[in-house]
Amino acid sequence: MIWNKEAECQPREEREKLQSERLRETVRRCYEHVPAYRKKLDEAGIRPSDIRSIADLKYLPFTTAEDLRDNYPFGMFACPLSEVVRVHSSSGTTGKPKVVGYTRNDVETWAEVMARTLACGGAGPHDIIQNAYGYGMFTGGLGIHYGAERMGATVVPISGGNTKRQVMILEDFGSTMLACTPSYALVIADTAAEMGVDLHKLPLKYGVFGAEPWTDEMRREIEARLGIRATDIYGLSEVIGPGVASACEAQNGLHIFDDHFVPEVIDPNTLEVLPPGTQGELVFTSLTKEAFPILRYRTRDITRLSYEPCACGRTHPRMQRVAGRTDDMLIIRGVNVFPSQIESALMGIEGTEPHYVIVVDRSQGRLDELEVWVEVSPELISGEVRRLELFERKVTAELTSVLGLSLKVRLVEPKTIARSEGKARRIIDRRELGS
Amino acid sequence: MKVNQISVFLENKSGRLADVTRVLADHRINIRALSIADTIDYGLLRLIVNDPEQAAKVLTDQGFTVAQTEVLAIEIPDRPGGLAGIIDILASQGLNIEYMYAFVGRSGEHAIVIFRIEPVDKAIKALKEGGARILTGSELYAL
Repeated sequence: MIWNKEAECQPREEREKLQSERLRETVRRCYEHVPAYRKKLDEAGIRPSDIRSIADLKYLPFTTAEDLRDNYPFGMFACPLSEVVRVHSSSGTTGKPKVVGYTRNDVETWAEVMARTLACGGAGPHDIIQNAYGYGMFTGGLGIHYGAERMGATVVPISGGNTKRQVMILEDFGSTMLACTPSYALVIADTAAEMGVDLHKLPLKYGVFGAEPWTDEMRREIEARLGIRATDIYGLSEVIGPGVASACEAQNGLHIFDDHFVPEVIDPNTLEVLPPGTQGELVFTSLTKEAFPILRYRTRDITRLSYEPCACGRTHPRMQRVAGRTDDMLIIRGVNVFPSQIESALMGIEGTEPHYVIVVDRSQGRLDELEVWVEVSPELISGEVRRLELFERKVTAELTSVLGLSLKVRLVEPKTIARSEGKARRIIDRRELGS
Repeated sequence: MKVNQISVFLENKSGRLADVTRVLADHRINIRALSIADTIDYGLLRLIVNDPEQAAKVLTDQGFTVAQTEVLAIEIPDRPGGLAGIIDILASQGLNIEYMYAFVGRSGEHAIVIFRIEPVDKAIKALKEGGARILTGSELYAL
């Protein structure tokens, strides 16, 4: 089903007209209410009146994650806090988090695009949606929640974790849609199997999965093991949260709801806009947001866009599944991890060398596993294992607290991690998430 | 009184132990006793060799991480209760045995056990007073 046929199937020319109107308003709002945007536009020599149509988007300066951190916490808000009804923040733990805000209208917009997303995934007003995304500062839980309520479906706000209870609720409540990260869907499948519950015999029919990178193979495995149709959803808190884009029944890319968020793909080096079909960095400009409008935000996600008509009838452009990142950020179990965080934590621990390898794997137990290989310094070596074990425990505790993520530390022989000139190859990602 | 033990940090990778024994063989160093303390990911190889200085040098040259540790080589009467007698002496003085392992050769009628004990000087005193015989490095390497 298409939640909002009028908007989602709107002819392209009309859409562009709408985008142009909304862009003018957004630029004006940013310029008048957010000093950081005013400064950027002034420096670029752009007046809001210069931006007449969506074709002028390319003249606007970019916004980056650093801009958001520099203006922490509320400096990028385009309205007084009295009009902000909710804040969320990013999962990232590099320095300060990225804080985003929503007016009452923004919450309405979010519910609308999330209702579209859930409909893309197959849900309707009669469905029971088991929401196993985490509730809290993370946008996943409440994003799904408001979309499901908007749709008139029944939300089960179970949040993440306690997998046996997830299976019990799937069985007892007869949930028809599951929302969580793709790796957690497979954990649920494993647990159901251990509990002797056959998911194929339950009413469960659909799943919407996102917040971490995954592959088409994994989607098919989830579909086979849970006996459902699995849909890839995409979003980021800087733009609104989940609800930015969603795959549809055609399973050929994710529709970007571009009446609210207009995408571009740029060359991350030259910053030139690339034509449709060319792979590059995804950039978003919000068109309707009030508390936290955003101009040309560089997501660092690599994808390509298609404006070809889709079999489903929606006229929203489609992005391909995210193929990677332009920075070295890893997304592990929904948590953003930068190698630099690991490096600085290690530097602070006596006995470690600043040489490490990060290994991410998904083979065991389905959840992403993070392993950090650390070289031991020769001073730690004696005949005793205890010293090494105490050291290993200390490093594990330190990294776990810095990253907010459980991980395994493996001690390796000194001078065995390759020292390369320039950027070291510090990451081994075995999840096979390439395009 | 004290004997030098060579400790080598080894990752649990196939062939790593063979690399060590090959280097020692190539330099005609004789292994007299060894033990491995292992965890899932790595192990510590402890060696008593006939020439610890040379062994440490050649292993370090080959890229191994080597430490030398002082241990005690103690004669143990080769009969039931022989080891118990020695351990009783240490326990009565509140001395802590970090680890121990058997030596391959014999000293006359006696077996030899390698001990790592903290603090070592207090252990030497207690063992001597208890009547135990501690081998010197030159005695041990020559066996």
